[in-house]
Amino acid sequence: MTPTVVLPVIIGGLYAAGVYLLLDRSLTRVLLGVLLLGNATNLLLLSTGGPSGRAPILGYADPEDMSDPIPQALILTAIVITFGVSAFLLAIIYRSWRLVRQEVVGVDEEDRRVARRSSTDSDEIDPDDLDPADRPAGHADSLQSEAEVEALLAQRRPGVPSDDVGLPVGEGGER
Amino acid sequence: MISVLTPLPVLLPLLGAAAALLVGGRHPRIQRTLSILVLSAVLTVSVVLLVIADRDGAAAVSVGDWVVPLGIVLVVDRLSALMLVVAATVALGVLVFAVGQGSADGDEETPISIFHPTFLVLIAGVAAAFLAGDLFNLYVGFEMLLTASYVLLTLGGSAPRIRAGITYIVVSLLSSLVFLAAIALVYAATGTVTMAQLAVRLAELPEGTQLLLQSMLLIAFAIKAAVFPLSAWLPDSYPTAPAPVTAVFAGLLTKVGVYAIIRTQTLLFPGGALDDVLLWAALATMVIGILGAVAQTDIRRILSFTLVSHIGYMVFGIALATTAGLAGAIFYVVHHIAIQTTLFLVAGLVERQGGSTAVDRLGGLAKASPLLAVLYFVPAMNLAGIPPFSGFIGKLGLLEAGIADGGWLPVVLVAGGAMTSLLTLVAVSRVWSRAFWRPPAQAPADDTARAAAADAGPERRPAPVAADGHGGSTVVDVGDEDAPLPQDRQAARRAAWERHTAVATATAPAEDGLDGDGAAGRRPLRPLPRVMVGSTAAMVVVTVGLTVVAGPLYGVAERAAGDLRDRTPYISSVFGGEEVP
Repeated sequence: MTPTVVLPVIIGGLYAAGVYLLLDRSLTRVLLGVLLLGNATNLLLLSTGGPSGRAPILGYADPEDMSDPIPQALILTAIVITFGVSAFLLAIIYRSWRLVRQEVVGVDEEDRRVARRSSTDSDEIDPDDLDPADRPAGHADSLQSEAEVEALLAQRRPGVPSDDVGLPVGEGGER
Repeated sequence: MISVLTPLPVLLPLLGAAAALLVGGRHPRIQRTLSILVLSAVLTVSVVLLVIADRDGAAAVSVGDWVVPLGIVLVVDRLSALMLVVAATVALGVLVFAVGQGSADGDEETPISIFHPTFLVLIAGVAAAFLAGDLFNLYVGFEMLLTASYVLLTLGGSAPRIRAGITYIVVSLLSSLVFLAAIALVYAATGTVTMAQLAVRLAELPEGTQLLLQSMLLIAFAIKAAVFPLSAWLPDSYPTAPAPVTAVFAGLLTKVGVYAIIRTQTLLFPGGALDDVLLWAALATMVIGILGAVAQTDIRRILSFTLVSHIGYMVFGIALATTAGLAGAIFYVVHHIAIQTTLFLVAGLVERQGGSTAVDRLGGLAKASPLLAVLYFVPAMNLAGIPPFSGFIGKLGLLEAGIADGGWLPVVLVAGGAMTSLLTLVAVSRVWSRAFWRPPAQAPADDTARAAAADAGPERRPAPVAADGHGGSTVVDVGDEDAPLPQDRQAARRAAWERHTAVATATAPAEDGLDGDGAAGRRPLRPLPRVMVGSTAAMVVVTVGLTVVAGPLYGVAERAAGDLRDRTPYISSVFGGEEVP
C-alpha cells in the first residue's frame, strides 16, 4: 500500500510537456499538446482511485482487495471525449492547411483594424505590415493555380522550402 | 410525474438529433418540422417542470433507479427549471430564424442536414448541464454542448471560421481539462462526485484544500462564462459564425458557465472564500468589456463585447452572496439570455439588409427598413437598461443588493455597474445613429476605402488616409506605392468595392459623394425573409414580455435564490431527507 512516485512524476512531466507544446504557434504542436494534457488528466483521474487492486467484480475478489471502479468509469468517458474532439481538431487543422497553406494560429483581422484606427496610424510600421506568417487567412483562394501559390510563397519567404517540394504541381488537390 | 418529465429535456433533443440525421438532407422539410416539434416539446416540458418545481420545491430523479450516490442523478430545482425554460425559448426562436435563413439562402450559409442535428445535440448538452446532479455529468453536459458548438462554429469551413474556430476549440478544450482535473482532485479528496454529497463533505476538508478545489472549478467555469481575465477568446470567435449560431452561443453557452459558477458558489463552497476575488473580476469584466465594445466598429463584435461586459453583472450578483444579490443575478441571467440572442438575430438581419455588419459601411437602415429599426431599437434600449425594460429592473435589483451589502467594494461595483450601463448605451446608440439614422452618403469614405483595402487581402497595404479626414471619393486610389498588381485586376477590384459599398449603404453609387441622398436612386435590396423577421420579432416580444411578467419572474428568482442560500432543499431532494452518507 505504499504510494507510488511514478504516477505523479509522469503526470507532472506530461503536463509540463503539454503546456510547452500548447504555447507553440504551429497547430499540430498545439494538438499534440492537447493530447498530452488530456492523457495527463486521465492519469490524474486514475491515480485518485488509490492503490491498485483486483478487478471490482462481485464474487471475483473481496471488497477490500478491489480497486476503485469509479475513476476508471470516469476515465473511459474522458478518453472517448478527448478522442472525438482530437479527431475534430485534426480535421480542422487539415482544413486550415488546405485553405491557406499554413497551419499556425491566425491573427484576428478585425482587432488589427480597430487597433489601426488609433493615433499610431501615421506610424511607418503599420500593424498591417505584418510578417507574412501573420497575414490573414483566405487570400490563397483568390489564386488560380498551384503554380501561382508556389510562386507567391517563394516570393514571400525566399529561402523557406515549400511544403509541396518534390510533389508535381497540381497534386495538392482541388482548390 | 416529475421522474418521467425530468430526463425529457435531454432525451428528446438527442433522439430528435438522431432522427434528424437519419432523415438527412433528402427531406429538409421533414427535418425542419421535426426539429421545431422537438424543441417545442422541450419548451412545454420545461414550463411544466418550472411550474412543478416552483410549487413543490426541488426534486431529484435517479436515472435507472440506481441507489443515489452510485447512479446518475438529475436534479430539478427552481433555478435549473427556470434556466431550462429560457434556454428552450431562445433555442426555439433561433431555430425558426435558422429555418427562415436556410429556406431563403439554400444550404450555403448553414448546411441544413448538419445544422439541425448538431443544434439539437447542443440543446441536449445545455439541458444536461442544467439538470446534472453530479460534477461529472456536468462535465459530460459541457462536453456535449461544446462539441456541438465546435461543429456549429466552423460550419462551412471557410477560412475565417476555421481561424476563429481553432482558437475557440483550443480554449474550450483547456477549460474542460482544468474542469476534469478539478473533478479528479475533488474525487481524491472526498470520494464522491455527487453534488449533494459534496456539499456536506467538502466542508469537512482543510481550508487550503477547499481553496484549491474551489479556485480550479471557478477558473474552469470562468473560461466558459468569459469572466474578464479569461474572456479574450469570446469576441474573437463568436462574430464569424452564421447569425443564428452566434445568437444561440451568445445567449446560452456563457450562461451555462454562469450557472455552474452559481452552483459552485452556493452549493459546493458556500463559505465565500473567493467572494472578493470574484467581485474584482466582476468589476474588471464589466468595465473592460464595455470599453472594448465602445472601441469596436462591427455590430457583431460590439455585441460580443457587451456580452462579456454584462457577464460581470451576473458575477457581481453571485459574489455578493446574499439572497438579494443572487436573485438579481438569476433575473439578469434570464433577461440577458433573451436580450443577447435577440440582438444577434437582429445583427443577422442587418447583415442581410445592409450587406455588412461594419458600422462604418452602413447607413440609412432606418429609412430602408423601419421595421428592422424598431427590432434593433427596443432590445438595444433594453440591453442598456433604460426604464421600464427588464434590463433596468435587473440592474436596479443588482445595484440595490450591492448597496444593501454595506461594504466599500460592492459600492465601487455599483458605481462601475452604473457606468457600464451608460457606456452600453453609448455603444448601442452609436450603432443606431450610424447604421440606422444617418443618410448613407455620410458613411466616411476614408474608413471604408481602408476597410476595402484590408478586405482586399494582404497583397497591398491600405491606402493612406487623406489629411482632411475624409477622402472625398468613395474609392481611394490604393496600391500605388506597391503597384504589384496588373491594372485589370486593380480595376476589377475597385469595381467590386464600389458594388459592395452600394450594397452596404443601400444606394446605387452616387455621382456626388456629398449629397447622394436624393435622386441617386435608393433601391431596396432583397426583401428580408418573412420567417426571419417574424422569429426575430417574436424574440423581441419575448424580451418585452420579460418586462411585463417581471414581477412574478423576480418572485421565482427570489425563491430560487432563497433555495440556493438555504442549500437544504437541494441536498434533501437528492437524499430524500435521510442522513447524507
